[in-house]
Amino acid sequence: MADDGRAPRRILWAFVVSAAASIGLTVVYALGGQPQVEGALIGLSLGGLAVGLVLWGKHLLPHGPYVEEREPLGSTAAERGAVAADVRRGGALTRRRLLRAGLGGALAALAAALVLPIRSLGPRPGRTLFRTAWVPGARLVTPDGIPVSVAALAEGGVLTVFPEGHTDAADAQAVLVRVDPTIVRLPPGREDWAPQGYVAYSKICTHAGCPVGLYEPQARQLFCPCHQSVFDVSQGAAPVAGPATRALPQLPLEVGADGFLRARGDFPEPVGPAFWELPEETP
Amino acid sequence: MIGRLARWFDDRLRASDFAHRALNKVFPDDWSFMLGEIALYSFVVLVLTGTFLTFFFVPSAGEIVYRGAYEPLRGVEVSEAYASVLELSFSVRAGLVMRQTHHWAALVFIGAIVVHLCRVFFTGAFRRPREVNWMIGLTLLLLALFNGFTGYSLPDDLLSGTGLRIAYSVALSIPFVGTWLAFLVFGGEFPTHATIPRLFVAHVFIVPLVLFALVSIHLALIWHQKHTQHAGPGRTETNVVGSTLWPTYAAKSVGLFFAIAAVLGAMGGLLQINPVWLYGPFDAAAVTSPAQPDWYLGWLEGALRLFPPWELRVAGHTVANPFFPGVLLPGVTFLLLYAWPFLEARATGDRSPHHLLDRPRDHPLRTAIGAAGLTFYGLLFLAASNDVVAKTFAVPVAAVTVAFQVLVLVLPMLVGVVTFRLMRRLRDSGAPDLLQVPFRTPVGAAPPEGSAARSGAE
Repeated sequence: MADDGRAPRRILWAFVVSAAASIGLTVVYALGGQPQVEGALIGLSLGGLAVGLVLWGKHLLPHGPYVEEREPLGSTAAERGAVAADVRRGGALTRRRLLRAGLGGALAALAAALVLPIRSLGPRPGRTLFRTAWVPGARLVTPDGIPVSVAALAEGGVLTVFPEGHTDAADAQAVLVRVDPTIVRLPPGREDWAPQGYVAYSKICTHAGCPVGLYEPQARQLFCPCHQSVFDVSQGAAPVAGPATRALPQLPLEVGADGFLRARGDFPEPVGPAFWELPEETP
Repeated sequence: MIGRLARWFDDRLRASDFAHRALNKVFPDDWSFMLGEIALYSFVVLVLTGTFLTFFFVPSAGEIVYRGAYEPLRGVEVSEAYASVLELSFSVRAGLVMRQTHHWAALVFIGAIVVHLCRVFFTGAFRRPREVNWMIGLTLLLLALFNGFTGYSLPDDLLSGTGLRIAYSVALSIPFVGTWLAFLVFGGEFPTHATIPRLFVAHVFIVPLVLFALVSIHLALIWHQKHTQHAGPGRTETNVVGSTLWPTYAAKSVGLFFAIAAVLGAMGGLLQINPVWLYGPFDAAAVTSPAQPDWYLGWLEGALRLFPPWELRVAGHTVANPFFPGVLLPGVTFLLLYAWPFLEARATGDRSPHHLLDRPRDHPLRTAIGAAGLTFYGLLFLAASNDVVAKTFAVPVAAVTVAFQVLVLVLPMLVGVVTFRLMRRLRDSGAPDLLQVPFRTPVGAAPPEGSAARSGAE
């Protein structure tokens, strides 16, 4: 607005700072680059331009205020009537009902044919979500593929395990915990699933699928760091806090003749978060 | 020279009349009109820096052994995507600045959109004739949220892998179609090698293309319908008062672009963001703790954390828990936002065009609902850090969650009621600004004379 005489000099200075910073940027780049220095110089180089232009606009350019009139936004009746008449000229096109139906049918068939390739994007879900790579007799191995012996963990110990030969099967990951056998309270029918205090549960949270990565040995609780669901490993990994509604599926275990821990079969229920086809929980 | 060139084109296009009108177009001088421009210019910075990044990023989940410049991860098996991000960050000159500027720009882009949306909402700028542009703006916000998420998922690090896993679980939770949808979008049961290439195409091509088209329409509609303006001397429903495009507005607006770019570029160099080398590569059996998404998804993450352990079982089928906070909540949120101009017109019976803006106090109920909504989503955002809050203040995380569950139900109503009364009093007092309202009479006491009759009609 009011040019107090100093504005041109300030603006010039801003442009000089900008140019100097840009030259500096080029030099820093040529010398191999350095992120912090680059950031500071980018700030100065673009910031100088910003200050110069804004001061120029504020102090040296006309400010009016200028007034522009608004025209009403709706069209007039005459304009609308003209368009309606234009559209009516297509009457010859719209009156032929049979031809219209034919065109509609052809377009619909084309649309269906063009939409179908979406099916190629993924495999049929089928029973994929209902089973994992665990089979009866599969040895438990660490993520590095090392079999887990019955002496691997002390009480309070925890380990992530996979079925042998399937350490890349993300849905088969399980968390193996050793607890005091006298305090284990598993649901009926699972009395022999936890030999020598070893219990194994799916590591995929039944809420939103994060790995249930934190174990608190004193409380014997598994904790999901994503949404804070808590599962009690001595009680069949039933959810005790947080948004999870279902227990972590338990992997039935046994000790093989070779002294290594083995699965007696797959998880009895689908692992991970719930989905539409998940049947009602068996009581 | 420029004159001759202009004449050459004008001889072929007859553009002088349009140019004359364009250069004289009037833009209101008000700071709050810059918010949308900040979003626009952040988008420009995103496109510029993002283009640079595409030259180096490898959208592949193929596994390789990392042998790059970052020593702590040498010899570790990582995806090609993750390795290329490390390469870009440590070995490509100016790569880290570009990458970090891109990420900061995304955060500012969405932030500016949200604040711009608040400005438009609280001043009633969405009213006739601007309902269409309101809806286009909301679509831009949706696309920006989506592209933010796909963008930070691309590096295939442990944190973003966790986010993808949650997104997969949310998709899985949708009744009837969830399983198929999740399998088609992700290419099978999570995690698959198909995901990253698809995210990449969506992030750098499909969504930006739609964003660009919609931004263009958004601006064209503003141009055609002309800006709204605040009430003031000389300003009426039939004019626009301000600076002309040339030269004043152009100088200031280009200046603003450089200012945005300066701040984002400086942040990109000076402030670390998303250090994926510290999170480590994605590993389906591992997770970071604490794990928070980028700020604009905090409300959804918070909702997932606060929603109680409910699940619906109907006729042998399950409607999973994440459906309610992860699908229903954002669905209803955006449905209400899209419908707002029409809901308000129906409620007030006011269907006439408006070019002069409301002050928030002019429409106490709208302002109260907006304030209650902001409180609700703000609390959800904070709840996404319930674990951090629990750790910082050494309280049990379950207690923090319960506190948030109560707050999220109670506080919005409280804020709404207080805002409503405050706005009504402010309006009726005739005070020129908030600080001059006689606050000494406690809220809830008899309002000044003349306002009681009107209040019921809001």
